[in-house]
Amino acid sequence: MEATISTFVLLTITGLGLGAMYFLVASGLSLIYGLMGVLNFAHGAFITFGAYVAWWITDQIGGSFEVRLLVGGACGLAFGAALGALVELVFIRPLYRRPVEQVLVTVGLALALGALVYGIWGADAKFFPIPDWTLDTTTILGANIPNDRFVEIGVAAVVLVGLIALLRFTRIGLVIRAGVENRAMVTALGIDVRKTFTLVFAIGGSLAALAGVLSGVYYGNVDPVRGTSLLIYAFIVVVIGGFGSIGGSAVAAVAVGLVQQYANFYVADWLDWSGAGDVSVMLLLASVLLLRPEGLAPKVAH
Amino acid sequence: MQARRLVVPVVLLPLLVVVPWLSVDLPFVLPGALDSPGSLQLLALCLVFAGVALSYDLLFGFTGLLSFGHALYFALGVYVPAIALTEWEWSLPAALALLAGVAIVVPLVLGSVSLRVTGIAFAMVTLAFAQAGNVIVQTNPGGLTGGDEGIGLNVDPLPDFLVGVVNTKNLYWLALGYAVAVFLIARAAIGSSAGHVWRAIRENERRVEVIGLRPYPYKLLAFVLASFLAAWGGFLWLLLIGVTPEVTTATFTLTLLVMVVLGGAGARFGALAGGFVYTLLDYRLRNLAGEERIQELPDVLRVPLSEPLFLLGALFVAIVFFAPGGISSFPARLRSLVHRRAAKESAS
Repeated sequence: MEATISTFVLLTITGLGLGAMYFLVASGLSLIYGLMGVLNFAHGAFITFGAYVAWWITDQIGGSFEVRLLVGGACGLAFGAALGALVELVFIRPLYRRPVEQVLVTVGLALALGALVYGIWGADAKFFPIPDWTLDTTTILGANIPNDRFVEIGVAAVVLVGLIALLRFTRIGLVIRAGVENRAMVTALGIDVRKTFTLVFAIGGSLAALAGVLSGVYYGNVDPVRGTSLLIYAFIVVVIGGFGSIGGSAVAAVAVGLVQQYANFYVADWLDWSGAGDVSVMLLLASVLLLRPEGLAPKVAH
Repeated sequence: MQARRLVVPVVLLPLLVVVPWLSVDLPFVLPGALDSPGSLQLLALCLVFAGVALSYDLLFGFTGLLSFGHALYFALGVYVPAIALTEWEWSLPAALALLAGVAIVVPLVLGSVSLRVTGIAFAMVTLAFAQAGNVIVQTNPGGLTGGDEGIGLNVDPLPDFLVGVVNTKNLYWLALGYAVAVFLIARAAIGSSAGHVWRAIRENERRVEVIGLRPYPYKLLAFVLASFLAAWGGFLWLLLIGVTPEVTTATFTLTLLVMVVLGGAGARFGALAGGFVYTLLDYRLRNLAGEERIQELPDVLRVPLSEPLFLLGALFVAIVFFAPGGISSFPARLRSLVHRRAAKESAS
């Protein structure tokens, strides 16, 4: 009985850790889609590039693991923000009011940037410098939880609070919320929404890079397909959570992470098939869309 | 106008038919003489993707359905016959009958679910289903799919004329037949009354509803037909290349999208040309990467030039920006250029 409970606790916290990464990717995607109507396929490249830049910096500098990881992570985040802003300015901006072309361009960028990662860093995984204490475990209700899970959950919680504060209490946030609800009206009131577009892309890029860095801590390495694999789950989170809703993304990210972990253990064990966790998530998406085609939350940024 | 219409059936098609007897070198384009097995295999792949791209265009270009899961149905054509022939040791006709059934039932079921939502949500559901297919293939349930390694196809049930390097020309003709068949079926479908509704849905779905038609069954028809056609392309891939899990990935679907946009979405010859040219370019760029003069370049140039997908992605972005109609718009662009120049000359 005790083993059952401790397994359940371990699965739950690991699921929350995964959900934390999904949330970081999905919140950016969701804001971009909600505000601009662009489904950003290049988001996966932001994740991968962010993680690789962070790894590269940690490889160049000395110091303790913590310092290297913090400095590398900060550089990765800055790079993700710059890449996001650049993509918006150069590729998305000239195609306003052509939504299909915008999606196509992000698809092309995703392919090209993804190939560039292979070209620069090769196909082999790169090992992240991880402080020893993140590999140690903390015992909760008999379950030995690796400490890195708490890092991921903590970072995502801080980001969630920060994003909600940004949206609620700042002028930029007000413009974003208004833009999600009715872009034409905001423009008509004489507000230059375009600056907000670039900003939202930069925020999305840095959050994606942050997710990439955290995934490096979670898995202990970074590989060229990290972005694509996280992105697919983030897409699912965005659709389930409702486009443009940060709160919806958070709830959906937790749900997806938990379903994946539980199914990965209980159903996979029962079916003797390791794909059960991932396929359950796809089934969750299908059933949510059949029951509530608009997602869990209506399209309002809050 | 009449003369131009005859170019394809009278000139291009016979030319494609006699290719395996032509001993002509096309340096820089093909790996060897036209009749060498290497060239024939590459050309056969080009024709297969011409057909598959056109099947995808039925969805994307003609009905306006942005699916990110078309690879799943192509992969059915690769995996279903491979499993039936190798694991269960079925005969070829039995395996193909199974594929025909599966290639109708699976898109019918998944399409009827995913088409309940529209737009981006539809794209995401199709992506999720295709990703589930990828997970199933990768995790190798019951040892059926072979995971990363794929399946070593059991060729015993296949007729002799489809096996072995000397018979590559037969596969080439099979691929040509496939491309022609897809073209004829697509043309008939687009010209039918359902085809008119497809284009109406693409232009304005709400209006189709207002007129009193339900778009849903028409969209489902397009989805099942496109998937069914793609599955047979998958079967040809199985004969030409074998079983590789890469055909189930999201990236594979994205390359189909690139082919269609490269050729020109919503234009039959455009999609055919897009599939053909993309496959040829992909091969050519792969070889280019290995060449010495590329390897000797400084890193800044060498790294991007060694990645075919980088160049193709960049080309795709350029097409979207500068030539939205793709290859199929080139003749018109050329004509207007010539006209403008002629007008300028007569003015001066």
